[in-house]
Amino acid sequence: MAKGVMIVAEQRDGALRKISLELAATARKLADQTGSEVSAILLGSGIEGLAAQLGKYGVDKVFVGDSPAMEPYITEAHAAVVAKVVKDNDPAILLLGASVQGKDLSSRVAAKLATGLATDCTDVKIADGKLLAIRPMYAGKCFGEIVTNSNPAMASLRPNVFPAVENAKAGTVVKVDATVDAASIKSKILEVQKDTSGKVDLTEANCIVSGGRGMKGPEGFQILEELADVLKGTVGASRAAVDAGWKLQKDQVGQTGKVVSPNLYIACGISGAIQHLAGMSSSKCIVAINKDAEAPIFTKADYGVVDDLFKVVPELTAVCKKMLA
Amino acid sequence: MNIIACVKQVPDTEAQIKVKADGSGIEEGQIKWVMNPYDEYGVEEALRLKEKNGGEVTVVSLGPARAMETIRTALAMGADKGVHICDPAFDNADAFVVGNALAAVIKTLPHDIIFCGQRAIDDDAGQVGAMLAEALNLPQLTLVTKVDYAGTSVKVIRPIEGAQLLIETSLPCVVTAQKGLNEPRYASLPGIMKAKKKPVDVKNAAALGIATEAKAKVAKTIPPPARPPGKIICGDDPAQKAVEVARLLREEAKAI
Repeated sequence: MAKGVMIVAEQRDGALRKISLELAATARKLADQTGSEVSAILLGSGIEGLAAQLGKYGVDKVFVGDSPAMEPYITEAHAAVVAKVVKDNDPAILLLGASVQGKDLSSRVAAKLATGLATDCTDVKIADGKLLAIRPMYAGKCFGEIVTNSNPAMASLRPNVFPAVENAKAGTVVKVDATVDAASIKSKILEVQKDTSGKVDLTEANCIVSGGRGMKGPEGFQILEELADVLKGTVGASRAAVDAGWKLQKDQVGQTGKVVSPNLYIACGISGAIQHLAGMSSSKCIVAINKDAEAPIFTKADYGVVDDLFKVVPELTAVCKKMLA
Repeated sequence: MNIIACVKQVPDTEAQIKVKADGSGIEEGQIKWVMNPYDEYGVEEALRLKEKNGGEVTVVSLGPARAMETIRTALAMGADKGVHICDPAFDNADAFVVGNALAAVIKTLPHDIIFCGQRAIDDDAGQVGAMLAEALNLPQLTLVTKVDYAGTSVKVIRPIEGAQLLIETSLPCVVTAQKGLNEPRYASLPGIMKAKKKPVDVKNAAALGIATEAKAKVAKTIPPPARPPGKIICGDDPAQKAVEVARLLREEAKAI
């Protein structure tokens, strides 16, 4: 009978990604409620040392697939190994991150296992002994409670939402075969072009300072960059600002951009079209700065400032700089 | 080239979504339906490949009777023919069922490259491309912002957190389109007239011979959690307001 909670840890360049710790801690919580074990699948090359860190966050057993074939990440190769380890160990629940890699992998693995997957969940719990996954739909305009009757019940967890709590367990390493038939791998990474800006991706940022049509042009974003620098945040943009060519598509927050959930979201000169609100309303604290007191963004804001953002933002940057000095 | 573009009809991004009182889904009455924006990028890319290399674009959609409008939109943009998978048996289909249904159709068609949107903006699951790729035993390239076709393979750009990957894959393969891939065209008036005469094959579940039972079920649809009403910081002096916001963020919200 299917038993236990399994996660697929994610690492890049030999370091665990934060989502892996969020997965481990969440899995621990679910396993404690069902009196079962947490196991993890960790794939890569020369990564066995990372298993201990997973143990620290509540993983009992780590299936390590250490092989050159596992680096860099290729969907076909990783999905084949993950599906095999899952089949061999028969967990009741399988969790992955809803990161770019995790979304790609989880869907392929669910297809291989012919099981149900709830994508980008913001809450998971046990109800009637089974996984109940809660996830935004229509970019957060409503939520769905998902149940899966096949095993394992799969869910991918939205990064930055679940707390990574330490809870030391053994983290015992179990080596698994991670070689793959080279002929079955049709894709090849030719090049990795790293973003050299040093900024955290919007989906992983703790703080986002976003600008919209009210920024009046690409040069307007400079004051947002300065505020973001002080708050160690990342600058985002509304669709209006991206469509106007002021910011890149990768910077767009909203239903047709990125869905984000930072600790702090500062919306500047953004009126709050429903498609933008959909992308940021799961942020923990929202500040809106806009000249128009009737702007819909104020319905989502914890703190609203009705004023000229070109006057308020530089002042806010100065105060925060002093505060954090 | 034989190119397939999968499309889904979804509520417009500006649509207000109201949950039914019994939690069984959303109220569909007031909704304006459109082609999923990510699927539009897929259709556009399919058309560009056809225009450059010759061939045919087939658009495939699973959805209720109204989804025919979306198929016609793709045909008006320039696709050559359509397949509409239409059966009430698919009303509660999840990505697993949809992926298998699309695969059952595409298996019967010649295909070099298959486009899907990276996700549909209704259920936001983002799984169908991969489910379809697995069902057809093809490689998948998800969240793609550039496609370079080179005869028997493609090179694509795939943004990940903090980097971009250049990936090469042999054909056939499944590509899921991300915003940035291209700027989709509008259907022209002659295009719309021509689309009315283009062939669309309608298929039901029995014709595909696949199981329609969803693996993941939406047990209940609920409204988003309400946010407590916020504070508007008053005053005439922008500098003072900035000081007050910073204080609240520090002391009350503990956000900085």
